[in-house]
Amino acid sequence: MEREEIFSKLNEIFEDVLDLEEGANLTDSTTANDIEEWDSLSHIQLIVAIEKAFKIKFTSLEIMKWANVGEMVDSMESKLN
Amino acid sequence: MLSFKELKKLLKRDLSGLPSMKVALIGDTATQFLTTAIQGTGVERGFRIELFEAEYNQVERQFLDSSSELYQTNSDFIIVFQSTHKLGEKHSLLSLDQQETLAEERLAFVTSICENPAFANKKIIYLNYPEIEDTVYGSYATKVTSSFTYQVRKLNMGLMDLSQQYANLFICDIAGLQNKLGRDMMFAPNVYVSTEMVLSIDALPYVASRVMDIICAIKGQFKKCLILDLDNTVWGGVVGDDGLEGIQLGHGLGIGKAFTEFQMWVKKLKQRGIIICVASKNNEETAKEPFEKHPDMVLKLEDIAVFQANWETKVDNIRTIQHILNIGFDSMVFLDDNPFERNIVRENIPAITVPELPEDPGEYLEYLYSLNLFETASYSQADKDRTKQYQDEAQRVSLSKTFTNEADFLKSLNMVSVVSGFTKFNTPRVAQLSQRSNQFNLRTVRYTDADIEALANDPNVIDLSFTLEDKFGDNGLIAVVIMKPIDKESLFVDTWFMSCRVLKRGMENFTLNTMVEAARQKGYKRIIGEYLPTPKNKMVEGHYPSLGFDKLEGLSTAQYVLDVEQYQPRENYIKEVKR
Repeated sequence: MEREEIFSKLNEIFEDVLDLEEGANLTDSTTANDIEEWDSLSHIQLIVAIEKAFKIKFTSLEIMKWANVGEMVDSMESKLN
Repeated sequence: MLSFKELKKLLKRDLSGLPSMKVALIGDTATQFLTTAIQGTGVERGFRIELFEAEYNQVERQFLDSSSELYQTNSDFIIVFQSTHKLGEKHSLLSLDQQETLAEERLAFVTSICENPAFANKKIIYLNYPEIEDTVYGSYATKVTSSFTYQVRKLNMGLMDLSQQYANLFICDIAGLQNKLGRDMMFAPNVYVSTEMVLSIDALPYVASRVMDIICAIKGQFKKCLILDLDNTVWGGVVGDDGLEGIQLGHGLGIGKAFTEFQMWVKKLKQRGIIICVASKNNEETAKEPFEKHPDMVLKLEDIAVFQANWETKVDNIRTIQHILNIGFDSMVFLDDNPFERNIVRENIPAITVPELPEDPGEYLEYLYSLNLFETASYSQADKDRTKQYQDEAQRVSLSKTFTNEADFLKSLNMVSVVSGFTKFNTPRVAQLSQRSNQFNLRTVRYTDADIEALANDPNVIDLSFTLEDKFGDNGLIAVVIMKPIDKESLFVDTWFMSCRVLKRGMENFTLNTMVEAARQKGYKRIIGEYLPTPKNKMVEGHYPSLGFDKLEGLSTAQYVLDVEQYQPRENYIKEVKR
């Protein structure tokens, strides 16, 4: 799966789970600080929604170590390709 | 079932119009999501839940320290969620000797909560322990009393025993839920590691639903009646086409056993007190034939309270059943294999529950188990006789048609009533009726067994219960009055409710005569009644004026007064008997 395609699906998931009116507009450097609704709790909801949508499983370590969306997509790419 | 995300969204609505309820949640793991799920499920069921969530892992402190927030919150319901994980952690830190008493120690803690006078009027909802099979001993763990497996099972068994002992303790059986959903669905290791949550996001709506099932049942929202279609629901095939011998029923290979086992489940519901009715598009004779003649029918005609088999629509037949039983549509469940019929019923009677039965009859039962439709907050022996009582009622209805004069009809019934205060024998039924009665209920105060015991022991309270029996049968305990003194001369009617089964028999008059007599004996001069409207009790809006009470003006609620000394006994044909 192309990185671009992952991002487009991710935007949808973020908008849906976090109930964002104006779109998530995710980039590699987006962090939780950039989106008000993204806190430690909704983070878990996001993870579970991404796992379901992409049919992948994140390890416990991965969930806690990403510094930004780019690193999360790196993990996803390695599982998807 | 709504997803967690959908439940969360429900909370963003304007909830100010919903009745509120106060709930506390105390857990030893992260419970923020469970809080959200419970609040969302509350909205789904029509409640705004004000939820106090204790700080993480403070179960003991909250309960043992009387200066804790829990003591200040004044919640009606206290949900306690101690996890199997934390129990396992504790188990691993103990010596072998101590491990043997792990369950006992935890049960002693739960006992201390139930016996704590500060929580005597609260309902404690304790989530039991979904098993974690650690396989340290393999299956041999059953022989080793110190094993974790042994202790968890002992603990769950012990909790059931405690809940029988303490009327204010309700066990929410999430161990049973895990049996249904599977441990891998119930628990997500990566979520647990990063959040300390022991329930997966997918399991949350199920757990919240089970918790709310209990709360709603205590609040008086539960199912009382199951209405069944016949062809392809109760038996395989169409009796009108396939004939008595052609329908599929009975053990052995084939689909027949699915229907037989379904019927066994329905029979157990009937024995538990759920009213079973039939609504079928069939000739009555054809529809009844299997009940009378088929050797593999588990359900018999005497199990069915109201049997509607004709060519009217299902909607009309369900309305007729509702009319005879006199209970709300929201307390009814309708089962039909035909999606078309289900939709018509849903559209025309929105309050009724119509489960989306799977296409394969072999899946009916497992699907129905997953819905937990028949949660209850009480059970009494009298429940078993309910079907008989409704059948008696049908007979009374046909007798009344032969009299032109109502008084003659009432006289012909030879009615007798046993009047008694609250005793340990009638307490479960009194509490249950207080939870079930919605229509003929002046103030709709709900009581548990423990509340009723407390009232019985209060010398200032006048507590009255009434049975009604006639030549057709015994209705059992059908009316309750609780009066409390306001001052030396005035009594306030805290509670007056009656089963709708005995409407129009003069029972109200008989009840009031008894109330006035009790008030007179204790020297009271007046009785004050109050009507608090709910969506369901419009029937008794004019109750007090029609019994000769005078309206008290200038008050925020509808209150009425009766002069005890001037009172003339009201006419009725019920004889009081002493037993």
